[in-house]
Amino acid sequence: MSTNESTLVEHVHRDDVGSRMGMWLFLFTELLLFGGMFLLYSVYKFQYPDEFFLAAKELNTIMGAFNTAVLLTSSLTMALSIVAIQRNQKVLSMLLQMVTIFLALFFLVNKYFEWSAKFSHGIYPGSEELLSKSSGEILFFGLYYVMTGLHGIHVLVGIFLIAVMTRMTRMGKITHDNYVRLENTGLYWHLVDIIWIFLFPLFYLIT
Amino acid sequence: MSTVAAATGSNGHEPSYLDYKGKHSGILGWILSTDHKRIGILYLISLSLFFLVGVGFGFLMRLELISPGRTIMDPQTYNSFFTLHGVIMIFLFVVPGIPAVFGNFFLPILIGAKDVAFPRINLLSWYLYVFGGLLAIVAILLPGGPADTGWTFYVPYSIRTNTNVIIALLAAFILGFSSILTGLNFVTTVHRLKAPGMSWFKLPLSVWGLYSTAWVQVLATPIIGITLLLVAIERLLGVGIFDPALGGDPVLYQHLFWIYSHPAVYIMILPAMGIVSEVIPVFSRRTIFGYKFIAFSSVAIALFGSLVWAHHMFTAGMSDTGQFVFSLLTMLVAIPSAIKVFNWVATLYKGSIDLATPMLYVLAFIFLFTIGGLTGVMQGVLSIDIQVHDTSFIVAHFHYVMFGGTGFGFFAALHYWFPKMFGKMYNRKTAKTSFWFLFIGFNLLYFPMFIMGWLGMPRRYYDYLPEFHSYHLISTIGSWILIIGLLLMVYNLYRAIRKGKVVTEKNVWGGETLEWQIDTPPIHENFSEVPVIENDPYQYKMNEEILEKEETS
Amino acid sequence: MEKHDYYHEHSHSYGIYILVWLALMALTAITVAVAGMDIGKFTVATALIIASFKAYLVLTIFMHLRSETKTFLIFVIVALLFLGISFVLLFSDYSFQ
Repeated sequence: MSTNESTLVEHVHRDDVGSRMGMWLFLFTELLLFGGMFLLYSVYKFQYPDEFFLAAKELNTIMGAFNTAVLLTSSLTMALSIVAIQRNQKVLSMLLQMVTIFLALFFLVNKYFEWSAKFSHGIYPGSEELLSKSSGEILFFGLYYVMTGLHGIHVLVGIFLIAVMTRMTRMGKITHDNYVRLENTGLYWHLVDIIWIFLFPLFYLIT
Repeated sequence: MSTVAAATGSNGHEPSYLDYKGKHSGILGWILSTDHKRIGILYLISLSLFFLVGVGFGFLMRLELISPGRTIMDPQTYNSFFTLHGVIMIFLFVVPGIPAVFGNFFLPILIGAKDVAFPRINLLSWYLYVFGGLLAIVAILLPGGPADTGWTFYVPYSIRTNTNVIIALLAAFILGFSSILTGLNFVTTVHRLKAPGMSWFKLPLSVWGLYSTAWVQVLATPIIGITLLLVAIERLLGVGIFDPALGGDPVLYQHLFWIYSHPAVYIMILPAMGIVSEVIPVFSRRTIFGYKFIAFSSVAIALFGSLVWAHHMFTAGMSDTGQFVFSLLTMLVAIPSAIKVFNWVATLYKGSIDLATPMLYVLAFIFLFTIGGLTGVMQGVLSIDIQVHDTSFIVAHFHYVMFGGTGFGFFAALHYWFPKMFGKMYNRKTAKTSFWFLFIGFNLLYFPMFIMGWLGMPRRYYDYLPEFHSYHLISTIGSWILIIGLLLMVYNLYRAIRKGKVVTEKNVWGGETLEWQIDTPPIHENFSEVPVIENDPYQYKMNEEILEKEETS
Repeated sequence: MEKHDYYHEHSHSYGIYILVWLALMALTAITVAVAGMDIGKFTVATALIIASFKAYLVLTIFMHLRSETKTFLIFVIVALLFLGISFVLLFSDYSFQ
């Protein structure tokens, strides 16, 4: 009759692999949440190829590419902050996390200018200008606002999460031998990045 | 499994989870508890309350239909009632049902763990459940009135109607989130917290059912989440997505809706099938026949079930190719389901069958599910579907699956595990009486709907032609018998909790799985020592042989 | 079943992340450049292939999928397969309308 008390204690108190597994499963739900919208996009793109082509011309490719670069860089700083904490470089890790937050905010500011430019041209949901356009264009902009909007909300949530992590790092709750929360936040942040990697070509580059 | 019994033996000192004193006491000790067993009980209570509300709406609808024309309510109220009945029964009872109550309570015990992987997220999912449920109820009382779209929220009507659709959508979204969190928790629990020696093929079959379900919950629920959210956004902001006036495609809504909602059918039925696989060996004293086939058929059902959604839309204007593909795939799902049924029946063969209440419910499950399942295959045939689509034939079919299947599976689990959960025994005679009321009432209520539907009675109709009167009359009388059975069951179990016979023996039914090797009711941490699993979960034949040897020697 | 490594180190150096980042930036530049060219109906396909490659890099390196156990990899494949099948079946209807 053998018992294995140690494994159980471990399981109850600390299971980093389990935490990450939970996080990955959560990310799948996020992936499929956006996946549902990509399904919508693909069907409408299939039904209205010409109108999507036309509508996409309204978007500023340079702005989109710039924002992609910003988000990719923020993903880099996020990943580096984990290496830093692994190497017990606490201050560097916090600094990198704050750079990530800064880049994320920068992304949102750009997004804000992009949206307000569209709004000033009278292109927003329910506007007369938009309703006078063809069905395909209405759908394109409907999806554009909803998908980038929902993505933006995820960026906001990410900023909040990373801020919490920075605070926890400062308070010594995230350390070089206990950083799974920072890792999970990183996973979330990279997923937000992946979503954008697909949003960008589908809205900006189909011209 | 004598080794396990020794390992998990009670020391006689530890209080049960019911008496356990944690950080909080009284009601707070329950609603702030992260103990999976207490959360299971919380779910049981809240679920039962919502269930009774759902039954109430169903009862009133049946009463309205007892004779043609207006009986007790106007058409608008009737529309709201079938919506509420559907939303409550599906999102608040059948989908969460077995995983939330019995999965929470027994999944960790069955795999030899102290709790689920994320206990706090588990509690959060209960709060989301209650909040979502209350939101659905609140929508009834607010001005504008309850949604009248049916539980499917089909566009464009759900965009145009002036009722409180947004609140109902939000409620469904939140309930979906609760369901996702439960699924995520169970997948991680099964992967990470199995006791030493508990390999994949030593898992009890209900764990396989819950595990497959959990995957569908994680992967399919987000799609309906976003779809319902998009309808709400479209209503609120006028963004063009589904509304045909803005170029949208309502059939696309139906696709997205059923990408989740058909797999959801398997979220509903798979855990119940797990219960059946658990109960049958215990009450026929035989090792389960074809363990691996049952285990893999759960996975196969989860897989195939995700591929057949568009058979709900054969009349909605799909392409011929699409219809053909989905019709074919629909037939395929019947295979793993049939494998299960054959294995169950094979287990019964030459067993020494004990017709205790849980077993009665399980046998009823097999009978009713077979009717529900086979009529489902009929509807998968394109030409038949054109005839019966949107008739009460469909209503009868899915009630045979959802209620006759999942509902009876739930009741089986309830009667099977009740003594373990509460340490009390219900009156067995009353339990059997209530079963017969339920079983007879059920068939009287739903079988006439098959006939009516075949003859052309549309579903969701407030009024009907006089030629259908006798069927509706029988159906309504059936609903009364069913409700008498339900109330009797609730009374019996409630009475048992209050002043039922105290049970302290560990193994009430002579089961072989882990929950029967621990204290009744279980202690706070389930096991006083970590169990080490050496045998397969259903070892009846071996036991019998040992007994025979003992008797002869 | 996964080995229970109590806590583990995804011991990457700073270097590899910076390399991957450079690759990602380069791919972004390429995809923008390609979109500017007139290659007809291949525009979307090329853009999606490049995007998939970028996503692959993020998944394996930034998200450490490469150094996780096999279980995680299978999980990701299951999730992507589910989404992929949804696309295929949805278009089994729409492509023939």
